[in-house]
Amino acid sequence: MSQINRQRLVGFVHKEWLQVVRDPSSIIVAVVLPLFLLFVLGYGVSLDAKHLPLAVVIETAAPEAHDFYAALQAGDYLVPRIVASRPEAADLLRAGQVKGIAILADDFGLTSNGAAPIQVLVNGTDGNTARLMQGYVQGAWAAWRAHRQHTNPTLQTPSIAVQSRVWFNETVDSHKSIIPGLIAVIMTLIGALLTALVIAREWERGTMEALLTTPLTKAELIIGKLVPYFVLGMGGMTVSVTVALALFDIGFRGSLIVLLIAASSFMMTVLGFGLMVSTLTRNQFVASIMAITGTMMPALMLSGFIFDIRSMPVVVQVVSAIVPARYFVEILKTLFLAGNVWSVIVPNTFALMAMATLFLAITFRKTRRKLS
Amino acid sequence: MPTGLRFRAISKTFVTETRKVQALNDVSGEMMPGKITGLVGPDGAGKTTLVRVLAGLLDADSGDVSLSEKGSTARIAYMPQKFGLYEDLSVAENMTLYADLNGLNPDLRNQRFAELNRFTGLGPFQHRLAGNLSGGMKQKLGLACTLIVAPDILLLDEPSVGVDPVSRRELWSMVRALQGTGIAVLWTTAYLDEADGCDQVILLYEGAVLDHGAPGDISAQVAQRTWRVVLPGAETMRKRDVQRAAMALPGVVDAQIKGRNLRIVMAEDGVAPPTSLSNLAALRQFTPTPTPPQFEDAYLAAMRKKNLVASSAAPTLAVDERGTAAAQDIVIETQDLSKRFGTFTAVDRFSFAVRRGEIFGLLGPNGAGKSTTFKMLCGLVPPSSGSALVAGFDLATARADARGRIGYMAQKFAYVAHLSVAQNMEFAGGVYGLSGEGLKTRARAVAIEFGLTPFLDQNCGELPLGIKQRMALACAVMHKPDILFLDEPTSGVDPVTRRDFWSRLNAMADDGTTILITSHFLDEAEYCDRMSIIYRGRQIAAGSPDDIKSAQNGAEGTLEEAFIRLIEAHDRAEPDTRADAA
Repeated sequence: MSQINRQRLVGFVHKEWLQVVRDPSSIIVAVVLPLFLLFVLGYGVSLDAKHLPLAVVIETAAPEAHDFYAALQAGDYLVPRIVASRPEAADLLRAGQVKGIAILADDFGLTSNGAAPIQVLVNGTDGNTARLMQGYVQGAWAAWRAHRQHTNPTLQTPSIAVQSRVWFNETVDSHKSIIPGLIAVIMTLIGALLTALVIAREWERGTMEALLTTPLTKAELIIGKLVPYFVLGMGGMTVSVTVALALFDIGFRGSLIVLLIAASSFMMTVLGFGLMVSTLTRNQFVASIMAITGTMMPALMLSGFIFDIRSMPVVVQVVSAIVPARYFVEILKTLFLAGNVWSVIVPNTFALMAMATLFLAITFRKTRRKLS
Repeated sequence: MPTGLRFRAISKTFVTETRKVQALNDVSGEMMPGKITGLVGPDGAGKTTLVRVLAGLLDADSGDVSLSEKGSTARIAYMPQKFGLYEDLSVAENMTLYADLNGLNPDLRNQRFAELNRFTGLGPFQHRLAGNLSGGMKQKLGLACTLIVAPDILLLDEPSVGVDPVSRRELWSMVRALQGTGIAVLWTTAYLDEADGCDQVILLYEGAVLDHGAPGDISAQVAQRTWRVVLPGAETMRKRDVQRAAMALPGVVDAQIKGRNLRIVMAEDGVAPPTSLSNLAALRQFTPTPTPPQFEDAYLAAMRKKNLVASSAAPTLAVDERGTAAAQDIVIETQDLSKRFGTFTAVDRFSFAVRRGEIFGLLGPNGAGKSTTFKMLCGLVPPSSGSALVAGFDLATARADARGRIGYMAQKFAYVAHLSVAQNMEFAGGVYGLSGEGLKTRARAVAIEFGLTPFLDQNCGELPLGIKQRMALACAVMHKPDILFLDEPTSGVDPVTRRDFWSRLNAMADDGTTILITSHFLDEAEYCDRMSIIYRGRQIAAGSPDDIKSAQNGAEGTLEEAFIRLIEAHDRAEPDTRADAA
């Protein structure tokens, strides 16, 4: 084990910190970039669809049809319009001017007891919107019927009624599950990018040669490289969490201490990954490309940030186990939406700590006190 | 107890993808306490590898390094080629970092910093970022950082590269001042003139020791072979013609012009020097007098004797066959050419004219504006104001036409490392519009002319530096340019190769090619017909080498002395106002 001398370590950390402060790009990467990504992705990525245009074809003379149409107009989610015929509605769907068609056939209203009286056609090319559309029309249908039953008790009651209730994200606002995941994804990129450059930079500028001839030890070099960027990365994390709470109006149900511990473990993992890449490549360009493709891409796809890991093929699930963001996404979602659920937080935090240890151990092993 | 460093039979081989490179082959030597040991050799000789082995940064394949005093301990300090400075840290912050890393007691810091600042003269620049220092100041800071905790062994890797002559002289006096403390210094250099300043010299060539000993002893090997001829008035002949005629005489290994003198080195002891240059009217008869040998003479003699230089076919053109030298048409002319980058004036109202077939030198320390001037003349950078005519084309209106008439050889010999010599040459020709049979024929002709035929199928990346340089020149002349721009073409190249290179340039100039060259070897500048010395963007002297010397210190002195005087005079008249308020 290499030793740690206080004067050397403090001197080295001080130098590294001065370089951080002098170099606006590291501040930009740590604070401005996460905010930018948070705004763009936070406002841009939404899995909820609102104001979906819907063509309604009314082929029945029953008065209930217009009553139902009024119900469709009520919510935020649908923008219905009445169209004269099925072919005309189909043309609109093809042209993309409507996202779906609801057909109220001439048997509408005859069987108010629950037999299928409406047909819904959705545009399957956009699966997510199509499913939402289907759900919205069904929801409107169910609500309308319930309402009618309530006002007119003589109508037959269906034998089984589904009462659905959503937990944790009661309004089913996808922001509430995306933003915490987004913070994890952004910090993955930022953390790895910050340190990916710093060891390669010493090699490229020829300063590593000078450092190697001083008594600076491997441990001092690695700790000296971690400390300033840890502070910077945690600063970026704090800004992101604050903005998420303030701007996107998502509550926080866990404990801040737990968040701090989990976030620190995660930060060490991604900083460790960056340092490892930087040490292995000794080239700033290659290291930054590897940091981006090695962290951002898997974090977007395999972290459970958007796509649920449990519904992926087993092979992909296994691969996702090596994506650090996956663990932190779970922790953050839990802390924001559910609270201190120890059965989720503890194993995930340990997984992060284990990965951080692995990356730093590789960095330590691959750090040479020699040139060749 | 002062101790030196001894190294014995050091060998080191690097394995690349395609081949093995023996960087060091059985190299032995010793650095003595209180002495400066010079490790001298051209680029690629293995100097840096040896220094890194001595610094403990590289493991040698075989051989051993030990302190010469058994049982003693020594602090080894090493200054790498790029000085190891953090450019985004200030002078004081760099020094503090190295003080902490080397465990300097914080109580002693202020005292030690004050000593070092007195030594380096960096006191007024404590808060300036290292990146904003001049090359010479960077190097002094690098040295101060290396010396922060006084070392016993000091290893300097090419400390004088990229440093102007004034700073180079200051650096030497700083290192000499250290000697009194009993420190053992290794000074690595590709400049042979620096060898004379060392106490001991190890001459390295292609990984092996060519010679070692006191520089005087090495020079003494050619003591009976060096002669001097005082030249008559400069008006009657051109120096490069004299030099070439003298080189062509039998038994002569080297002929150099030094001011008004022709120095001749004979191949063997006891061979009488020539007494005439039959083909030059002004020098039909002369009487050479013996002159003290110089280190470079010995180096050249040793190299030629061991036949280490693959000498290419000598230029075939005879002296008196030149037909265009009399032509007086001006091919490059600038009027108040200026280039400003923001508030920084890189080139300030520069006016000069070059005639066809002239070799014109652009001299000046790093950052003087040489490269910017070059880039403007090549049409790569538009001037901020002023005008320039190149090969009859106005750069303001016909930049592309002008570009087609010039050949450019960049400082780092731009070539594609993974292509063969032939492919590089054909590529260069193709860029200038040659194609098909014409291109192939031209490539063959140029290859023969430049002695590159044996290397045509080899990958450029693997060639020795001298061959790379020759190939870069060959690429630059593929399209028969009227004007050749050469940016520091000889840096890092050994003296024999440099002489060979110059003889080619001379032949081309005699063929009517105009050559514009930058160089920091001031002895080379002697061969320019005329030159301009620029400093901080401004022309501070112009004329033939003799004009410039006699204006400063008489024709007997060297160009380097004149150069230093000019710069010092300019500094006194206009101190560097860029010094910050520290």
